[in-house]
Amino acid sequence: MVTLLYFASLRERLGCASEQMPLPPGTPTVGDLVERLRSRDGGWSQAFAPGRTWRVAVNRDMANLATPVKPGDEIAFFPPVTGG
Amino acid sequence: MARVRVQAEPFDAGQEIAALTAGRRDVGAVATFVGLVRDLNEGSAVSRMTLEHYPGMTEKALEDICAEAARRWDLIELRVVHRVGPLEPGEAIVLVAVSSAHRGEAFAACEFLMDYLKTRAPFWKKEQTPSGERWVEARDSDEEAAARWSAEPARGG
Repeated sequence: MVTLLYFASLRERLGCASEQMPLPPGTPTVGDLVERLRSRDGGWSQAFAPGRTWRVAVNRDMANLATPVKPGDEIAFFPPVTGG
Repeated sequence: MARVRVQAEPFDAGQEIAALTAGRRDVGAVATFVGLVRDLNEGSAVSRMTLEHYPGMTEKALEDICAEAARRWDLIELRVVHRVGPLEPGEAIVLVAVSSAHRGEAFAACEFLMDYLKTRAPFWKKEQTPSGERWVEARDSDEEAAARWSAEPARGG
């Protein structure tokens, strides 16, 4: 299992702040998880549609679609940051 | 005081600067930047701003940015304080302060810290406007400001 977190406008759009997800077999990547999220109904397929802008962090480091994920990882999805 | 702090409470810029220089005789320059909430953005009046962040990653991202600045320039101390939660126009959001022997290093590192913070630290702003709440969109100009540091060779150090 991995923990998925959603922040800011993405969290509001999806109506979800966090969830647990079992990992697909083999050597899964962030991209594999995004494929699953994209296959969900409603706002999910739109939010993760190709061309939509979002960022991802794995265990609190910025990551990308090719980043591998393993059991126990914390994977966070969020819009481009706007602090400062 | 820790060199990176994320807090709801206001900060005192004077105290932060004093902490960088107290008891030292080798500091020749302190450069600081303070960012404030404006009452106007993208043509709309802003009555309140709320800052959300990713607890745990935020502190780590800010520490990483400080470490990168310390690697690029010859610095004595760094300080980053960023507020979260609800803020009113006129309130300070962020403080970056850098001490060094000479001003060139301090100015450059201060600007670098802000440019990287704005594109790499997980904070998100939501504004209250007369037509309701809206999330602030990231700006391309912030990405461009951060990108120029990868083109410039490191100085000092």
